[in-house]
Amino acid sequence: MSPGILGKKIGMTQMFRPDGQVVPVTLLKAGPCMVVQRKTPTTDGYDAVQLGLVENIKEQRLSKPAAGHLKKAGVGGSKFLREFPLVSGDGDFKAGDQVRVDQFKPKDKVDVIGISKGRGFAGLVKRHHFGGGADTHGSMFHRAPGSIGASSFPSRVLPGMRMAGHMGHARVTVRNLEVIEVDTEDNVLVVKGAVPGPNGGYVVVRRAKR
Amino acid sequence: MQTALLTKFIQKNKRADTPAFRSGDTIRVHVKIKEGDKERLQAFEGTVIARHNSGLGETVTVRKVSFGQGVERIFPVNAKVIDHIDVVRTGRVRRSKLYYLRGLKGKAARLRERE
Repeated sequence: MSPGILGKKIGMTQMFRPDGQVVPVTLLKAGPCMVVQRKTPTTDGYDAVQLGLVENIKEQRLSKPAAGHLKKAGVGGSKFLREFPLVSGDGDFKAGDQVRVDQFKPKDKVDVIGISKGRGFAGLVKRHHFGGGADTHGSMFHRAPGSIGASSFPSRVLPGMRMAGHMGHARVTVRNLEVIEVDTEDNVLVVKGAVPGPNGGYVVVRRAKR
Repeated sequence: MQTALLTKFIQKNKRADTPAFRSGDTIRVHVKIKEGDKERLQAFEGTVIARHNSGLGETVTVRKVSFGQGVERIFPVNAKVIDHIDVVRTGRVRRSKLYYLRGLKGKAARLRERE
């Protein structure tokens, strides 16, 4: 049983459960993945597998070290590599093994990790959900931060003050999403709920930690 | 390829028994209603004035005039609460959203049959 799988977000839609309930779902193209490296306590100090998403990437699109690393495992065409720690009971893997969606089944719980959509330099209303001021009625205070602290004491801005700045494009984990459907033919994993990142963005799917 | 997989998923999960109908048509929607542990069908007949979205969340807005009062219901086309839909009559219209029918009544709100 693989601790996880790599994939790409396809997009969202909704579907109806047999009892008529509507569920929001995200489709993920999950795998097939290849085991690129098997890390062991003797050689690396810990137990893990490194998976690579098979995408038929041309070798000239990879750096030489990356291509060499893949060649060593006898796999090719992969540029999205991620490591999963192995715990006892995960079974054994060796480089070149394949990991497919059939590792998952409906009702499983998974965590999905992705890179959230970048929002650029965002103001406080968007970034920290500040209320902002009134737009009309003579208000001259719209989306500005307001006070960011006291004056001569402490004469500085306290660390952690919420301010405008770069928002999004960060690693985000969504925990405990339910697997609704597994399509082994098209390698599609259907999970309940939203998943971080744009359609086509890379995601890591791992078994729910808690 | 990504969108192709989404299309395939939608096609697979769509209801196959939905008849073809469009704005201006008169349809009769049979809705399953649960009363206690018994289930019965309730029909709602009226003119289709809009179809919204495509895919699995598709809805249809049906308008009828009941005892002089305009009534509109929005049905999710792919939902399991819909038992079946009958097309009663077709209607010739020149736009997809017939919101202008809300402002018309009686003879003015009639639609010609489509050939």
